[in-house]
Amino acid sequence: MKQNISLIIDNHKVVVPEGTTILDAAKSIGIVIPTLCHMNLKGTCADNHPASCRVCVVEVKGRRNLAPACSTACTEGMEVKTSSIRVIRARKTVIELMLSDHPNECLTCPKSGKCELQAVTQHLAINETPYAGELSLRKKEMTASIVRNMDKCIYCRRCETMCNVYQTVGALGAVGRGFNTTIAPSFNRNLKDTDCTYCGQCVAVCPVGALTERTYTDQLIDDLENPEKTVIVQTAPAVRVALGEEFGNAPGSIVTGKLVAALKDLGFDYVFDTDFSADATIMEEGSELLERLTKFLKGDKSVPIPLMTSCCPAWVNFYEHNFPDLLQYPSTARSPQQMFGAIAKNYWAEKMNIPREKLVVVSVMPCLAKKFECQRPEFATNGNPDVDYSITTRELATLIRRSNINFETLPHMEFDNPLGESTGAAAIFGSTGGVLEAALRTAYELHTGKPLPKIDFTEVRGIDSLRTATIDFDGFALNVAIAYGLGNARKLMEEIRAGKCKYHVIEIMACPGGCIGGGGQPLHHGDFEIIKARQKAIYEEDKNMPLRKSHENKSIIEMYEKYFGKPLSEKAHALLHTHYSDKTIKY
Amino acid sequence: MKISSIEDLKKIRERASVHLKPREQSDHQDSSATCGLKKGTPKIQILTCGGTGCKASQSHLIADNFKKLIADNNLEGKVEVITTGCFGFCEKGPIVKIIPDNTFYTKVKPEDTEEIFTTHIIGGKRVNRLLYVDPKRKTTVSDSKHMDFYRKQVRIALRNCGLIDPEDIVEYIARDGYFALADCLLNRSPKAVIDEIKKSGLRGRGGGGFPTGLKWEIASKNQSKEKYVVCNADEGDPGAFMDRSIMEGDPNSIVEAMAICGYAIGANHGLVYIRAEYPLAVERLKIAIKQARELGLLGKKILGTSFSFDINIRYGAGAFVCGEETALIHSMEGRRGEPTLKPPFPAESGYNGKPTNVNNVETFANVPIIINKGADWFASIGSDRSKGTKVFALAGKINNVGLIEVPMGTTLREVIFDIGGGIKGGKQFKAVQTGGPSGGCLTEKHLDTPIDFDTLTAAGSMMGSGGMIVMDEDNCMVSVARFYLDFIVGESCGKCTPCRIGNKRMLEILDKIIAGNGTMQDLEKLKTLAGVIKDTALCGLGQTSPNPVLSTLSNFWDEYVEHVRDKKCRAKQCKALLTYVINPEKCIGCHACAMGCPAGAIEGVPRKPHAIIFSKCIKCGMCMSRCKFKAVSVV
Repeated sequence: MKQNISLIIDNHKVVVPEGTTILDAAKSIGIVIPTLCHMNLKGTCADNHPASCRVCVVEVKGRRNLAPACSTACTEGMEVKTSSIRVIRARKTVIELMLSDHPNECLTCPKSGKCELQAVTQHLAINETPYAGELSLRKKEMTASIVRNMDKCIYCRRCETMCNVYQTVGALGAVGRGFNTTIAPSFNRNLKDTDCTYCGQCVAVCPVGALTERTYTDQLIDDLENPEKTVIVQTAPAVRVALGEEFGNAPGSIVTGKLVAALKDLGFDYVFDTDFSADATIMEEGSELLERLTKFLKGDKSVPIPLMTSCCPAWVNFYEHNFPDLLQYPSTARSPQQMFGAIAKNYWAEKMNIPREKLVVVSVMPCLAKKFECQRPEFATNGNPDVDYSITTRELATLIRRSNINFETLPHMEFDNPLGESTGAAAIFGSTGGVLEAALRTAYELHTGKPLPKIDFTEVRGIDSLRTATIDFDGFALNVAIAYGLGNARKLMEEIRAGKCKYHVIEIMACPGGCIGGGGQPLHHGDFEIIKARQKAIYEEDKNMPLRKSHENKSIIEMYEKYFGKPLSEKAHALLHTHYSDKTIKY
Repeated sequence: MKISSIEDLKKIRERASVHLKPREQSDHQDSSATCGLKKGTPKIQILTCGGTGCKASQSHLIADNFKKLIADNNLEGKVEVITTGCFGFCEKGPIVKIIPDNTFYTKVKPEDTEEIFTTHIIGGKRVNRLLYVDPKRKTTVSDSKHMDFYRKQVRIALRNCGLIDPEDIVEYIARDGYFALADCLLNRSPKAVIDEIKKSGLRGRGGGGFPTGLKWEIASKNQSKEKYVVCNADEGDPGAFMDRSIMEGDPNSIVEAMAICGYAIGANHGLVYIRAEYPLAVERLKIAIKQARELGLLGKKILGTSFSFDINIRYGAGAFVCGEETALIHSMEGRRGEPTLKPPFPAESGYNGKPTNVNNVETFANVPIIINKGADWFASIGSDRSKGTKVFALAGKINNVGLIEVPMGTTLREVIFDIGGGIKGGKQFKAVQTGGPSGGCLTEKHLDTPIDFDTLTAAGSMMGSGGMIVMDEDNCMVSVARFYLDFIVGESCGKCTPCRIGNKRMLEILDKIIAGNGTMQDLEKLKTLAGVIKDTALCGLGQTSPNPVLSTLSNFWDEYVEHVRDKKCRAKQCKALLTYVINPEKCIGCHACAMGCPAGAIEGVPRKPHAIIFSKCIKCGMCMSRCKFKAVSVV
């Protein structure tokens, strides 16, 4: 039992549990101390507290120097001043120093308006930069997903925490010493030459414009303006529960109808839904699970169990780079984005009689790794990719604003058919546990031939980063595990490698809370409550759907009847499945 | 052979003391009567310094030459060469000492060995030309006891340096070595050991001055199956070599002290974090550890007790910040060498997350003798709140450069003028920099300040690890501040904003001032930045990094103002602020200066006074060095 501690902050008495930081204690009485490096996604291991930016310094009576509020624990009787002259001067000087080694290109910076350095600068009313001097020259790099402009880095090291502690990828770390320190892959290599999975969590937490997504909006506008081309769009389940935040809606607002309307206003010829292909994913992955389980239960030990989900492109990159010996475990089903692309450019294009080269498939994703995924050579035919490019929720919001579309007044519109029809099972793909639950709904009914007694598998839901459950699968105790964060994935993979894994199915997502916390989503600025609100919305969306099992999707049923035959057919294998290869980086 | 009881230890001591006694006795003796084989001296020992400094001046060849002479003359049983650790008087090295008459030869070269051997060792007469000449009295001094350099010193941490062969554990045992460990293991409880150290008043010699006993006590109270004792041997201050000399001259004292600490806090693992640039210290430590293991003084069940302890060495790459204990621990763990916030202190969560006690080399070197002689004895030396002695690396514009050890409370004046022999070349004393890059510059008015942890901090500097650099009138204090800041900027780990960017900006401002472009506003900026860095930097190194600037700003403000407002450097060090002029009254028009000027900046016809064209002058000083009539001067 933690004891309570009482202290005085800015002449207010505060009582907090032992171990509370000055920052949190002040927050509890409405005093917001500015921070920059501090970030704690409470509930995950993404806790960054290097206490290195020194913006949150406060005066503690009796202490020789100023104390960083973010990582100084309250003690009994402590007297804290959060805005004395000494504190303000120090805070201002620290920011002035940061600005003295910053390009100060706010007018053209993609982060402008959302930049935390900009916000603190304004908060402290800093109007000049008195300490001009040499700029530390750091590297710029552009990959398919991520743009690094390290001149803007303020060295908060949130990205390092996400990459090393949370994802255990280890692509980013501090390189060099002193003034020329930079955050980069070891030996200042390029990101593309590392084990980077392009999960984009570094981008999601970067307080400034040092790490941003690679945008494809200009290319999109060119295509939309091109009368020769048919441009269609798919949007991922997590986009509709987050986009509203960009327009001032509360976190967790569901804006599906407005999203469709906005995409139509932007000039897309057809507005489709990744949820459709998520249902297709369940048909394939669910069938694969059943196939493997059936063989396994018959005693075939050569069947790779557990089956692991393969929807998350960062996760795919992770196992190809780190576990080349375990590539038989993940499902061979392509991700919903890529299934959609394959279906659109084959089944639908044939149906609509549109030549492949004249069809542009765009995806709106909460994700940066999707940008990389759609450029993988195995997802292209004669150099023409199934999905031409992917934009993020944030990019879409920018595009909507730039196109003078008033989001508030948009009507609610419906997706086009047939690739816009979907079920609640697809909707929950956006949350951790969703893919597994959707697969269970379908696999159970296909396996038993009986309707589910209860659609909601609440035992696999939740926001903890590693969850396990045992499901009564018509008499068979099915052990499942759900994890987000590649660090957790690594633990599970190591269990498999050691032959100690007791699970039959495992769902992995790279980002906090699943796709709802993706690297392309509206910035959460370290507030995990936002991600929780999005999760709530996801399950709300599912509950409101008339159909909630993928195999009941009429357009899916029709597509299998007319085109693929049945799940795991030869044609389905060719278009809806993929293969993995050893991508170990040799240093 | 394993030592399994105190009796075994005593036997070794007894056997070796025969060998060591002449050295110990002669140390207290006047060297009035010289020894020599012809005079009937039965046995002579030749001590040669094996420290890094003297080795760099070929002291190993001196030892080799002596050994060869001994062999050639078949005197193996009678004359013996012993390579010791540092004698401290590095200015006069290489040192050769003759036992039993205690003759102290200075600046010996390998080619001098034959003369020493024939004249002194055999003939019994001193080689006077190699004796020390007292700079004040201009007389030769033949033994260290009568040298001002040694007179005021009290050697506790350095007690065995320059006396024993550091590569022979037996010589250490002969000096009561490992008796303190035996005493602790056999007769005292861990708590009693900690109490003894607490009572002694020993404070950390690495810079912080934290009470050592208290540190041990905190570590002892944190329960864990695994604990670590770490010796911080990452001596990083420029010009400091206290710890190196102790490790080179008396490595076993560190090994023994670490084992005592391990017993006291309940740790079974010791780690020495040492910079790889100290190959000789590493080598000697390795030998000491190996010999201690062979004798069972390290390893399982030491001296038949249930206590086990062993030591391993970890190498540092020489980053200054790795002397900070959290950074040091991270570096040992294979992570980036940068500090993290305290708490948690290493005593709670240190190496691999286990309770860890980190002490510096010199601190450890004091431990065995405190146990042997008692806390009261130690506490009787030194000042009120700083007990014992402190080792300093005395350097700069001083006559006697070297390693010294003085009781706490000795004044700066005694150190600089008595031990150090005053300022070189009879120049004027200007400042003394203590505490390394994190310390500050003290002036004339501080000379009578007794040196201890608190007085130095109060004066605006700090004890630091013990660097002491003396400056004279030719030192420009702005340039001195710049020198230290440049070091800090190069060594900053880059983690926190104030140190990473703030120190860089201060350096840029100092550069601007030195280049003659400074403004009074720049001085204000310096003050603000220095104050904020001190107030906000993350680690101790960052917090103290502005000290050289702050202390020179407060003690030499006029000099800063001269640089900025009058564009003058009184020490004539800042090139941009100098003007070379030719005095027409002294110039005879020999044209030598014009011939030598690489910039063609001197005009004048032969036999008529010349003049410097200021716009062309690059201030190289060539004219000044060429002028035989002292007509060129700098203003």
